[in-house]
Amino acid sequence: MSELTGKGAGELAALMASGEASAAQVAQAHLDRIAAVDGEVGAFLHVDPETVLAQARAIDERRAAGEELGPLAGVPIAHKDVFTTTDMPTTAGSKILEGWRPPYDATVTARLRAAGLVILGKTNMDEFAMGSSTENSAYRTTRNPWDLSRIPGGSSGGSSAAVAAFEAPLATGTDTGGSIRQPAAVTGIVGMKPTYGGSSRYGLIAFASSLDTPGPFARNVLDAALLQEAFSGHDPMDSTSVDQPVPAVVEAARRADVAGMTVGVVKEFSGDGYQPGVAARFAETVALLESLGAKVVEVSCPNFTYALPAYYLIAPSECSSNLARFDAMRFGLRVGDDGARSAEEVMALTRAEGFGPEVKRRIMLGTYALSSGYYDAYYGKAQQVRTLITRDFDAAFEQVDVLISPTTPTTAFPIGERADDPMAMYLADLCTIPSNLAGNAAISVPCGLSDDGLPVGLQIMAPALADDRVYRAAAAVEGALEDRWGGPLLAQAPDLAGGAK
Amino acid sequence: MSVVTPMKYDEALAKYEPVLGIETHIELGTASKMFCGCATGFGAEPNTQVCPVCLGLPGALPVTNHAAIDGIIKIGLALNCRIVEWCRFARKNYFYPDMPKNFQISQYDEPLCVDGFLEVEVDGETYRVEIERVHMEEDTGKSLHVGGATGRIHGAVHSLVDYNRAGIPLVEIVTKPITATGEKAPLVARAYATELRELVRSLGVSDVRMEQGSMRCDVNVSLMPRGAAAWGTRTETKNVNSLRSVERSVRSEIERQAGVLSAGGTITQETRHFHEDTGTTTSGRSKEEAQDYRYFPEPDLVPMAPSREWVEELRATLPELPAARRRRVQAEWDLTDAELRDVVNAGALDCIEATIAAGADAGSARKWWLNELSRRATEQGVELADLPITPEQVARVQAMVVAGELNDKLARQVFEGVLAGEGGPDDVVAARGLKVVSDDGALAAIIDQVIADNAPVADKVRAGKTAAAGALVGAVMKATRGQADAGRARDLILQKLTTP
Repeated sequence: MSELTGKGAGELAALMASGEASAAQVAQAHLDRIAAVDGEVGAFLHVDPETVLAQARAIDERRAAGEELGPLAGVPIAHKDVFTTTDMPTTAGSKILEGWRPPYDATVTARLRAAGLVILGKTNMDEFAMGSSTENSAYRTTRNPWDLSRIPGGSSGGSSAAVAAFEAPLATGTDTGGSIRQPAAVTGIVGMKPTYGGSSRYGLIAFASSLDTPGPFARNVLDAALLQEAFSGHDPMDSTSVDQPVPAVVEAARRADVAGMTVGVVKEFSGDGYQPGVAARFAETVALLESLGAKVVEVSCPNFTYALPAYYLIAPSECSSNLARFDAMRFGLRVGDDGARSAEEVMALTRAEGFGPEVKRRIMLGTYALSSGYYDAYYGKAQQVRTLITRDFDAAFEQVDVLISPTTPTTAFPIGERADDPMAMYLADLCTIPSNLAGNAAISVPCGLSDDGLPVGLQIMAPALADDRVYRAAAAVEGALEDRWGGPLLAQAPDLAGGAK
Repeated sequence: MSVVTPMKYDEALAKYEPVLGIETHIELGTASKMFCGCATGFGAEPNTQVCPVCLGLPGALPVTNHAAIDGIIKIGLALNCRIVEWCRFARKNYFYPDMPKNFQISQYDEPLCVDGFLEVEVDGETYRVEIERVHMEEDTGKSLHVGGATGRIHGAVHSLVDYNRAGIPLVEIVTKPITATGEKAPLVARAYATELRELVRSLGVSDVRMEQGSMRCDVNVSLMPRGAAAWGTRTETKNVNSLRSVERSVRSEIERQAGVLSAGGTITQETRHFHEDTGTTTSGRSKEEAQDYRYFPEPDLVPMAPSREWVEELRATLPELPAARRRRVQAEWDLTDAELRDVVNAGALDCIEATIAAGADAGSARKWWLNELSRRATEQGVELADLPITPEQVARVQAMVVAGELNDKLARQVFEGVLAGEGGPDDVVAARGLKVVSDDGALAAIIDQVIADNAPVADKVRAGKTAAAGALVGAVMKATRGQADAGRARDLILQKLTTP
């Protein structure tokens, strides 16, 4: 790892602004790192060095011309392959979209470009963002840089691994049930799910429309805030986008204090299912928050217990409809079109071959849940539970400023361990799902290593549109812990064979 | 399935009472599509008015076109509906190649407009057709099945899809069951479709052209034995593409169902297709293949909550509606019911009203449009309004008649010239040298000649049979090739023969 790849986004931006490094140098350093370690990490699905360097040189030229550039201009970023990009293939981790080159950029993509970020490539993911380990990718296995035999989380596992392996200082992700926070937690980095509607879904290949939320990955809280600010804000192309000013997240991350804050510990997210090391780090962090001047209280959110089953009705229902468009008619894979078969047969054959088992499972679950005669008992009931969960949050936020819990019940599990056990896999998102159902803001920030030497994440949740509050508390925790550790948690990660970090 | 002979219409109506239900789809004439900015013009090259949104590309999202919502609310208000305060779009899920997302954004249990009615008149009797709902949805693309005999998917070698139509705003108007129409059922159905078309056209929100598919009717028909309490099983006839077809399809379906029922058979709940050429329906999709559409609220769109202020603003913009207009016109023009019906049936209301506005009197305006011009429109196979003559031009011709410069016969020649593209009325008059001869001196010489040539007739007139003067007037007209002022000629003839 070069000196440049070890730096965060803010530091790199400062170096480029002062002329100590060019965007091209920074991009080249990250391309070199990718070349050295991605063979074993497997974070990327697509990297085209020429395109990357062209973007970087364009930034250097604009800077040389005296143009006013944004705070992240020239900083490299890894982009989840769920966002459409006109200059790169977009697959959503699925064989059904192999080789598809979208004719339009997602709003998030367009805003990254407008902010001068240099897109390094597209990162691996669970197919259509369905999974918690990135094992459901149709293309490759992504490994956790902390232990290559373990999963990097999912569905945004390519993005989390890229950032944790210093292949990129920033990455985009999407969080439908925890797909940013859980991978961030198990790779020892920061991952934020903004308020639903705070960042545009236009050009984000939908899994579950009412839950999908684009968000940032970074190695520190301030960098995550800088990235969120860069791509957030109202988008007229997304009807569910919030037409309000973006919360002042960067300012909040800089403020970094919890003095006078009331912090609620979610009572329901503790107990037997939690790995002892995870529970221990969480308890220590609670004590740390108190030492930083926060008032900590226990809060009960009784309906959170039903969040997981409600989610596994709502998300599959929406996905069963969202994924209907993959029918071989207008784009993507086409199987069996031999001139003799009907359109219907070609659709069926294409979907049978193009979708992986987890995607099919969820399409079937959702199709069933929406069926005539079952709708009320399943989808309808799940929506009622969703309302109750939102009410639990509302009640809790009358007492506390933020809620906290472990991000995931366990640290990164071994590749293959839960691949054939969907229920065990689903439990990885137990603590993250409520915020998706309620649409509020939540972050995962590293809070130490479990007994197995693997990272543990702290989840901090705040009301919708109070993203700044999340950043403020997360930055305070990060600062205090890094003081204690003598540096970032990632410094304790083992070296990758491809190059020392 | 054995073929059952349809029952004769009168016989069918003697045994059975029909119940109708009509679902009408109307494409709104907005400049852009329902959920994206694509153009909506009819007849563009296939797949040139498309974008990621209406092609359903991965990641694309819909954004509601507010002009379309204005349009449907106007329709709802004109149909006396209640505009709900809050409702949602829903997804109707089914796979078909011309549906880009394999779901249609529509409305399900939360329509925007509910509980209205439309009154229609058949043979002097008024029928109130209750409206169940009016909801908003997007149109699908259009499939073209190539290589089959029927133009339908079965038997086709391959199919082409044009997505230009995909996403065009579509309003669906659903009636409640229409009962107690007896043998008038086909006429009531047609009158409803006609009145609805007029209503929507008057609102200016759609061109409602059935032949271009911007208005499409699905007609539900069921029969129950006279005196029975429970309705029969219904069929839904699609592909009904003209007002005449609405009437014919109801009639033929009544005859067919009566034939089946009286032969001891049962009606299958199914979709049927109407065929213009034979005037009959054939079976389409049956209920066994019917889809479970798995409706659920569209999560990509926020609910619609039209404020009361907005609704009232739209209500204030409603124009005079056809029924009110007909009542006004009948009074203003002093028409009998039958005369009014002729005007309406000829589609001449707009033309006549504009001609009156341009200065003509009501009687003459009506006379020209209903007689001379209707005849020519029929000859040319076009709508009255599509004749290449303007109401202003008709009014100008009439003004010349009033001024005595033209008589009716010459006026007809002027119309002929205008319709033939020879220019405006004044151009035609000048070019053809059409001028009434009312100069007494010029007429007197011709009259003397005519009297001399027709001595026996002249004698009759002298003897007091003034009606016989008509023959002499005719001879004068013939001699002047129609250019004489017939009234003046008559006066002069009578003066000459009867004045002592």
